[in-house]
Amino acid sequence: MSETRYTEQHEWVRVEGDEGTIGITRYATEQLGDVVFVELPDVGKTIAKGGQGAVVESVKAASEVYAPVGGTVTAVNETLNGDPATVNAAPEEAGWFFKLKIADKGELASLMTEAKYQDYVKGL
Amino acid sequence: MNHTDQPLKRTPLYALHVELGGKIVPFAGYEMPVQYPAGIVKEHLHTREKAGLFDVSHMGQAFLHGADPARAMERVAPSDFAGLKEGMQRYGLLLNDAGCIKDDFMLTRLKGEAALYLVVNAATKEGDFAYIADRLKGLATLEPRPDRAQLALQGPLAGRVLDRLSPGIDALTFMHVARAKVAGVDTIVGRTGYTGEDGFEISMANEDAEKVARALLDQPEVAPIGLGARDSLRLEAGLCLYGHDIDETTDPAEADLVWAIGKRRKTEKGFPAADKIMDRVLNGTARKRVGIRPEGRAPARDGTEIADKTGRIVGRITSGGFGPSLNAPVAMGYVETTYAGDGTKIDLLVRGKALPARVAPMPFVPHRYKRGAA
Repeated sequence: MSETRYTEQHEWVRVEGDEGTIGITRYATEQLGDVVFVELPDVGKTIAKGGQGAVVESVKAASEVYAPVGGTVTAVNETLNGDPATVNAAPEEAGWFFKLKIADKGELASLMTEAKYQDYVKGL
Repeated sequence: MNHTDQPLKRTPLYALHVELGGKIVPFAGYEMPVQYPAGIVKEHLHTREKAGLFDVSHMGQAFLHGADPARAMERVAPSDFAGLKEGMQRYGLLLNDAGCIKDDFMLTRLKGEAALYLVVNAATKEGDFAYIADRLKGLATLEPRPDRAQLALQGPLAGRVLDRLSPGIDALTFMHVARAKVAGVDTIVGRTGYTGEDGFEISMANEDAEKVARALLDQPEVAPIGLGARDSLRLEAGLCLYGHDIDETTDPAEADLVWAIGKRRKTEKGFPAADKIMDRVLNGTARKRVGIRPEGRAPARDGTEIADKTGRIVGRITSGGFGPSLNAPVAMGYVETTYAGDGTKIDLLVRGKALPARVAPMPFVPHRYKRGAA
């Protein structure tokens, strides 16, 4: 069983047990354009909720990706080092950025459900 | 540059950009397409492989009238405009009294016409026109032409495509300009551009722009290209972006644009701060504009500090991004002259990390202009 929650900055976190997988949404990639480089965090790094988790670079600009929940980085998506365009091709699947061991699952309560996020994007 | 205090202008092709799915952003006071649905990388590669169509109607067009407008223009720019042949265009640097660069521009002497045709940058056009009119008072009269639009058709198939709509135009060679009918419309066509590729810039009346644009887009080789790819193409070609790589704090010597000073002008002078500039040309400058290739995949953007291997700051990036044709990051910037040699190892300070890079020759992607016989 997994559930996915969303932020207003267009990050998603898919929660399975204590682990959260984090990436950016289709809407975010459409705004960014072609992703050419992703700077991933070091495994073992502790990131607070809202702290910088990754940096995604398009041809035009760099954008920060914030952690939707706090925790310790357990894995990063090495695929993105060789093929950053995976973020555009499959932002909510193969284009994930990093995994966290979530410190406090209570932080998930402040994030949007998929239905709420879809409504939020429609209003933009 | 902040233009939020002024309403944004639109070019005559605004509705076409929207129809084509262009993502509209503010640029130099205009609402312009930064990209179309294909995206910057595909648009960039399409231009290098086939032909891309750019709306450059935001650029400032003007005619310069007078007894000898070429000599008059030499008062504010170091080019040899008096020696500019009929039917040809030349690059110029508009200089302020300190000998620094107010703008860069293209000046054309059309065949059989006394007036010269001038194109300057969008963000600077009002200031340029006022400055030129003031400095050339009594010698030449500047006639801004906001009633004219401009398109650029760039890429290796541009000649083949444009010749279909303007039979014979493919005979023009690099930096040559002529009045011609394109799709039945009166235009000024120059074999020039800002991508490093073969191609054309086409000026026409505002009301004719959409007809010409649609006729070009109807050709199977042509795709619309936004400002994003225009920037990545010119950066790979090593061409300066005004306001970033050159501005009113840089002079032609440190900007490595000495080739834009005419041979006759180097001794005859008569342009702003000529003695100072020629001293800097002959004796060197403290810093120099160079090309930079980061060794990793992370782009380094405008404003990134450049350090030597001891960590001392020795320069700053003025344009940086990702080069789709190289599939690698590219940049240009200014470094202390001792670090300006090709291959010099430097570090780029990106988000607190020192990323290794090297000074590299430009253009990063070879120019492919269609040059005529000398």
